Amino acid sequence: MMTDNRYLLKSSPHFSDKDSVPKIMYTVVLSLMPAVLASLYFFRFQALFLYLFSLAACLATEAIFLKVRKKSMHSLWDGSAIITALLLAMTLPPSLSLELVAIGAVASIALGKHVFGGLGNNIFNPALVGRAFLQIAFPVAMTTWAPPVKIPVDLATYATPLAKLKFEDAVAQGSLASLKDLFWGNVGGCIGETSVVALLVGAAFLLYKRTIDWRIPAGILGTLALFTGIFWQAGPDKNASPLFHILAGGLIIGAFFMATDMVTSPISPLGSWIFAIGTGLLIGLIRLFGGFPEGVMFSILFMNSFVPLLNQYARPRILGERSKK
Amino acid sequence: MKKKTFPRGIYPTEYKTLTSDKAIETITPPEKVFIPLHQHFGSPAEALVKKGDEIYMGQKIGEAKSLFSASVHSSVSGKVLAVDGYHHPLGKPILAVTVANDGEDRLFPEIQGHEDPFSLGPNEIRDKVKDAGIVGLGGAAFPAAVKLTPPKDKPIDTIIINGCECEPVLTADYRLMLEYPEEIIKGAELVRIATGAAKVIIGVEDNKKDAFALFQAKSNGFPIETSILKTKYPQGAEKNLISALLKREVPRGGLPFDVGVVVQNVGTAKAIWDAVAQGIPLFARILTVSGSGITKPKNLMARIGTPFQHAIDSCGGMVEGTNILVMGGPMMGLTQWTADVPIIKGTSGILAWKEPKLAIEFNCIRCGRCVEHCPMGLVPTQLMKSVKHEQLESAESWGVLDCVECGCCQYSCPAKIPLVHWIRLGKNQVISLKRKKSS
Repeated sequence: MMTDNRYLLKSSPHFSDKDSVPKIMYTVVLSLMPAVLASLYFFRFQALFLYLFSLAACLATEAIFLKVRKKSMHSLWDGSAIITALLLAMTLPPSLSLELVAIGAVASIALGKHVFGGLGNNIFNPALVGRAFLQIAFPVAMTTWAPPVKIPVDLATYATPLAKLKFEDAVAQGSLASLKDLFWGNVGGCIGETSVVALLVGAAFLLYKRTIDWRIPAGILGTLALFTGIFWQAGPDKNASPLFHILAGGLIIGAFFMATDMVTSPISPLGSWIFAIGTGLLIGLIRLFGGFPEGVMFSILFMNSFVPLLNQYARPRILGERSKK
Repeated sequence: MKKKTFPRGIYPTEYKTLTSDKAIETITPPEKVFIPLHQHFGSPAEALVKKGDEIYMGQKIGEAKSLFSASVHSSVSGKVLAVDGYHHPLGKPILAVTVANDGEDRLFPEIQGHEDPFSLGPNEIRDKVKDAGIVGLGGAAFPAAVKLTPPKDKPIDTIIINGCECEPVLTADYRLMLEYPEEIIKGAELVRIATGAAKVIIGVEDNKKDAFALFQAKSNGFPIETSILKTKYPQGAEKNLISALLKREVPRGGLPFDVGVVVQNVGTAKAIWDAVAQGIPLFARILTVSGSGITKPKNLMARIGTPFQHAIDSCGGMVEGTNILVMGGPMMGLTQWTADVPIIKGTSGILAWKEPKLAIEFNCIRCGRCVEHCPMGLVPTQLMKSVKHEQLESAESWGVLDCVECGCCQYSCPAKIPLVHWIRLGKNQVISLKRKKSS
C-alpha cells in the first residue's frame, strides 16, 4: 500500500506575511508622490528635469554595478534605486545644472550603496551620500537658490528661510518667512523639501502602513523642538520658534523619509530612540551654532555611522534574562 | 474581562473555520499499523515483542528504560509482522513495530481502572502516567511523567493547562475541550495532586470562548481558575504562556519548574485522566486533518501507527495538485516527503496544500520586524548573520539557544530570509560544540 506521491520538503514556518522588500520600497515611492507633485507645481520644468536625470543616472549606475558584480537584475526594480533617485532630486536646489545631478546620482548609488555591497549592506543613506558629495564638491552651485515660479524676485539674491535666519538676522529684521508659507511650500529651498503639507501627507501614509518606525520622527522632532524651544524662550528677539525650525529646511523630509531608511537606522526600539534623539540634537546644534544654516543632512549621516554600534549594544532584553535559575 | 497576553508575537490568518465546527470523528484503524518505538523527546523505548507475537490492543510493546523516555503500546490487536526500521515523521527510518490488525480490538486483559483516582498519592499517579506512555500532546512530545516529577528544591505552586492552540488551522484541542471538558478538568486535578501545587489555571484563547465558558461552568468544586488570553501567536508557547498568565519569567536555559510552574496541554490532561481512571494507555489521539489540499477537512480520533494516507483517505483524499504535506501546524510543523509515515503521539495535525513558488530572497534590509515580533526578545537577523558567517560564539552570545523556533521572525520577514532555518542550524552547531568541549 505504499503511495507514489512525493511531497516538497522545506523548513518551518510555512506561513508568511504578504509584505516584501519591493512592496515596502514602492510604498515609500508612493508616499513621496505628494511632495514630488508639489515640487512640480512650485518649480515646474526645473524640477521635472532634476527628477528625470536623477532617475536615469541612478538606475543606470545600479544596473552597471549589478552587472559587474554578477548580481541578479531583479534588484534593479526592487524600488530602492528609485527611492534614492527621488530623495536625491528632492534635496537639490532647482537651478542646479543637470550634469551635476548625474554626478550626484552616480555618487549616491556607487559610493553610497554598492561599495558596501548593495542593498542592505550600506551604512549611510545613499541619497544623502550623493547630496553630501555635491555639497562638498560644488558648494556654490548647491547654495544658489531659485524662488518658486510664483514669486517674482531676482534669482541671484534669493535666499532660503534658514539662510536668512542665519546670515541676515531675520528675526530682528522681521523678514523671517511666515509659518504659513513654510507649511504650503511657497518658499525657496530644495525642490522636494519646501512643501511641508505634501510631505506630511506621505508621512501619514507611511505611519499608517507601519512602513516606518514612528519613534524616529518623534524623537527627532521632539528633541529639536525642545532644544530650539529653550533658546527661543531665552531670546525670542534673536531666535526662531521651534515650529519655524520644524517647518523650515529639510527637517520634515529628513525626519520622516531619510532618517527612517530601514537599512541605515537601528534595528531595536531602544536603538531607534538613541538614534533619533542624537539626530535631533545635532540638527539643533548645527542650525543654532554651526557654520551652515542647515544641518539635517550631516546630522543624519553622522548618526548613520553610529547605527552598527547601536545595533550591537542597544539589544532588546531576552525573555528570562533577569530571573535566576 | 481583560485578556492576558505576552509582549510581541504575530497575528497570522487562522483558517480554523475549516474544521472548528466538525465534531471529532473516530476512524476505523487500518489493516496494518506501524508503531515507532521513538515518538517522544528523549531516548527510544526498547522493543518487548518480536515478529510472530500475538498481541492485544493496549499491550506494552516498547519499554522506557530511562527517565527521559516513554513506553509505547499497541493500538490494535493482532500479529506482529516486523520489528524493523520504518518511515518516521522526523524524516529518517526509526525502529517500529508493524502489527497486522485482526479487527477485533481485544483490549489487554491486565488493564484496569481505579474507582477513586483522587485518593491516589503523587507517586501512584506518576507511575500510572509513566506506565501509560503519556507524552505532551501539544506537539513537542515531552514525557509527561518527567513534568510530574519536580526537583525537591523547586516547589510547584501552579499548574497551567494549555488550551491556547495558537497554531493556525489546528482545531483538535478546541474540539477536545468542547467534547471532553470534564476529563480535562479531572486530569488537571490529578496533575495538581501529583505535583503538590495549590491551584490550576486553564488558559484559553479568546477565539474559543465557548470552550472557556464550558470550563467555567464545569470546574466548580476544583481549585481551578479559568483565564482568557488574547488570540495571538505563539500564545501557547510554554514560556510566553507563563509570562502572560503569571507575569513570571522562566530563566534563560531554565524550565517552568524554576518558577514553580508545570504546564500541560489539554490533550495531555485528558490522556492522564484516561490512564489513571481507566488504565487506558496512550494509543490513540485527536488530530486535525485540514488545509486546501484535503478534500473534506475533519477532526479525527485515530490510532497511533495509522499511516497519514489512511487518515487523509478518511477525509475524502487529497486534492489534485497538492504538493506539500505537513505534520503539525503551519508555523512549526514538519514537512513530510511521503504520506506513508505513521501518526505518532505528537501528531496534532496533518495539513496539505499546494505550495506557491518559492519567493525571491533579498538581502536583509534591517527593517527590524523580526525583532519587533520575536516573543523571546531576540535579534533573529543578527543570529542568522552570525550562523551564516560561522561565528558560533557570536551566535551564542546573541542568544541562539533561547530561540523556540516559533517562526514569528520568518513570518514577518519582507526579505523572505529563511531565518528559522539558519537559527536551527546554529543551535545544532552550538550544542554539538558545547558537547565536544565538555567531553
